[in-house]
Amino acid sequence: MTIPAHAPEQLKNWNRPRIIEPGGDGDLLEVAMGPHHPSTHGVFRMDVALDGERVIRLKPVFGYLHRNHEKIAESVSYLASMPYTDRLDYICSLTNNWAYALAVEKLTSQEVPERAEYLRVILGELTRIQNHASSIGFLIQEMGASGTPLMYAFREREKILDLFEALTGSRMMCNYMRFGGCRVDASAAWLDAARKVVAGLPGFVDEFDQLLSSNEILMARTQGVGILRPELAVNAGVTGPMLRASGINYDIRKVDSYGIYNRFPFRVPLGDHWDVYDRFMIRMLEMRESIKIVEQALKDIPAGPVMDPKAKIRGFRPKAGEAYGRIEAPKGELGFYLISDGGPNPYRYRVRPPSLINLTVLEDMCLGSDIADVVLIFGSVDIVLGEVDR
Amino acid sequence: MPGAGVGIVSNPGPSGQHSLRLNPSHAAAVAKFLRDDAELALDFLSNVTGVDWPDKEIAEKVKVSKAVDGVEQTVEETRKRVEPGCLEVVYHLFSVARKHGPVILRMRTVNRTDQVELPSLTSIWRSAEFQEREVFDLYGVVFTGHPDLRRLLMWDEFTDHPMRRDYVEPDDFEYEPTAHDAVAARAAAHQEPREGKVAGQ
Amino acid sequence: MLGEGILKGLAETAKNFVGSFFSAERMTTVEYPEERIAPIEAARVFPFLVYDGIEWDAGLRCVACQICEKECPPKCIFIEKSKDKKPDAVGKPQFYPTRFDIDISVCMSCQICVEVCPFEAIKMDNVFELSTDDRFDGLLLDRKQLAKPNAYYHQIHPTEAAVVEARLAADRAKSDAKQTAAAIASAIKGAERPLPPPTTGGD
Repeated sequence: MTIPAHAPEQLKNWNRPRIIEPGGDGDLLEVAMGPHHPSTHGVFRMDVALDGERVIRLKPVFGYLHRNHEKIAESVSYLASMPYTDRLDYICSLTNNWAYALAVEKLTSQEVPERAEYLRVILGELTRIQNHASSIGFLIQEMGASGTPLMYAFREREKILDLFEALTGSRMMCNYMRFGGCRVDASAAWLDAARKVVAGLPGFVDEFDQLLSSNEILMARTQGVGILRPELAVNAGVTGPMLRASGINYDIRKVDSYGIYNRFPFRVPLGDHWDVYDRFMIRMLEMRESIKIVEQALKDIPAGPVMDPKAKIRGFRPKAGEAYGRIEAPKGELGFYLISDGGPNPYRYRVRPPSLINLTVLEDMCLGSDIADVVLIFGSVDIVLGEVDR
Repeated sequence: MPGAGVGIVSNPGPSGQHSLRLNPSHAAAVAKFLRDDAELALDFLSNVTGVDWPDKEIAEKVKVSKAVDGVEQTVEETRKRVEPGCLEVVYHLFSVARKHGPVILRMRTVNRTDQVELPSLTSIWRSAEFQEREVFDLYGVVFTGHPDLRRLLMWDEFTDHPMRRDYVEPDDFEYEPTAHDAVAARAAAHQEPREGKVAGQ
Repeated sequence: MLGEGILKGLAETAKNFVGSFFSAERMTTVEYPEERIAPIEAARVFPFLVYDGIEWDAGLRCVACQICEKECPPKCIFIEKSKDKKPDAVGKPQFYPTRFDIDISVCMSCQICVEVCPFEAIKMDNVFELSTDDRFDGLLLDRKQLAKPNAYYHQIHPTEAAVVEARLAADRAKSDAKQTAAAIASAIKGAERPLPPPTTGGD
């Protein structure tokens, strides 16, 4: 790219290397997809260089939603960052709460009562179901099927969000888990309502499956598109459904069996074509496994307290030390790394965002494919910009 | 590996996650060993974190022999010394193949101002690519050998490193009706005293 | 057969389309504001200050300890502590807030102020229709706007309020017992002094 002589000074000293190999016989077209593009799930930009319709280069540009969550968390108390974690991946606030609570519990070696563990599993898996349903909905919408599948997904998500609201007081910003338990107990009426919703979920997944899985257009658009080789996936730190769609059996619920996950038998679906269709199917199958886990947890949940009686709400000061806690969030490995210097605020608070790290391989998956497929491949990564940019 | 300069940093907290301190000059070789060794097989770099340790002033009491009024006496004196700060990068490694972890690696820069280079581990684990860019952006650690070291979250024209503990926010205060602490001082400099909001009205 | 999958999907949408005429469960949308769903007990919108008795000014439970101000994540609470003490609803002399402002344009309804309050003085409201044309002072609530009676708290969060009430009653009984014991002790010590009048627990 040659910069014209009359270009502003700022553009001349542009410190981003825009190296494009001259390919083919025609000219290359540089397109900035985003930051306000309907397929980018928010304010996200991809600088794409095209040879005809073929992608030659793709550089993601982040930071439009950056608010320095980590700096804010280091200036407030441990408890006060809990509501901020809701706003990372705002579709799955409960798993964010869980990961943060888990990291702090590791830092202070706190115990969590049995009933709270069960509630965490129930809420975490419900979160996974609604995340996967809506992420499939978004993916299909980006393919051009605007509306129907997404609205079906949202109809089910609505029921789950109603459950969240009845228990935590908020639909999306749940702020529910605490260090050493959960904030409020679930009443018997809430558990009955949850059982009723969960009983309806297999029917929904069947319906979704009927609607989509064997659709010829969907298969034609997604099969063989955006292939991610397993070696690259592991090396690039890809986690969650993306990694399992590349055929790697790595689910932190199984590996770490944090909480009480070793009590629930469930299978880990794996892909063997490593493409967008596999990622779609993995999410579909994971919803079915999650439903099984929730059903069992709702059956087995014991009575008892939901907060560790020794847990402190005011004046919480962990001993000096550090801890890294991670969970299998719907989007991948969500980790929190905390360093305490014994004060009321964390000395260092770091979020390991699965959405951002899964995007490392976006360029590798898109190179050589059509521009129309970029939208699909990007959709199959399943990101939320609140977590990418923090 | 002799002379690799690996030390163990113990973690005083109850989590029991101790870490390995790497000598930056051998870090790439050690990292490659950790990844490729069949026993360890740490093929998955999960998390890269920057930590800022600013210069710390330490006051310590030292017993000094001194001649007071011609008589030799031991006197306690408080001496102040400045412990130089540094920037630290922490890597959390796991093994996907053997399902163990975490193994934690740490590297420190010489100081916080001009010698802030550390070797990049992106060539060994691709997942460090964006995370090292983030550490460069927010902390100012320069990773030598990184293929594309640009700012990740802040805009390209930005000059400071906002996660450093001595970072000063720009003075772009607008309006804050419930200001306290440091914000209150800034609010006082910027906004008129509020009218009409008398207590208890 | 090519197209079989599409036909299966179309059958599913047809089922949903027809089903929505017969099954109320498929109609998930509520026509707000004409229709409303029942208020949810756990709902938390913005905080309010609880007062006992009839006079909001005298009955405020808040003693201006400023814990919520410190713990508030977005720092939207501003409290000015009084210089003097005045009797609260139970008759104990306490500090009180001469100013208590919450900027609800900043508040994120996280409920942490409620959790950290040792005096059950701040609770979550469920009023959400708060739009105003003045985005600064219109969204800055002072203590008079924030004060709401205990009865209102019981009305919007009956279950939670019952637990809180039981806890408060136990605390009061304990402090009453302590006061009575102290009174008896002082009566025995100095029989010439008259007994203090019996204290009544608040409402």
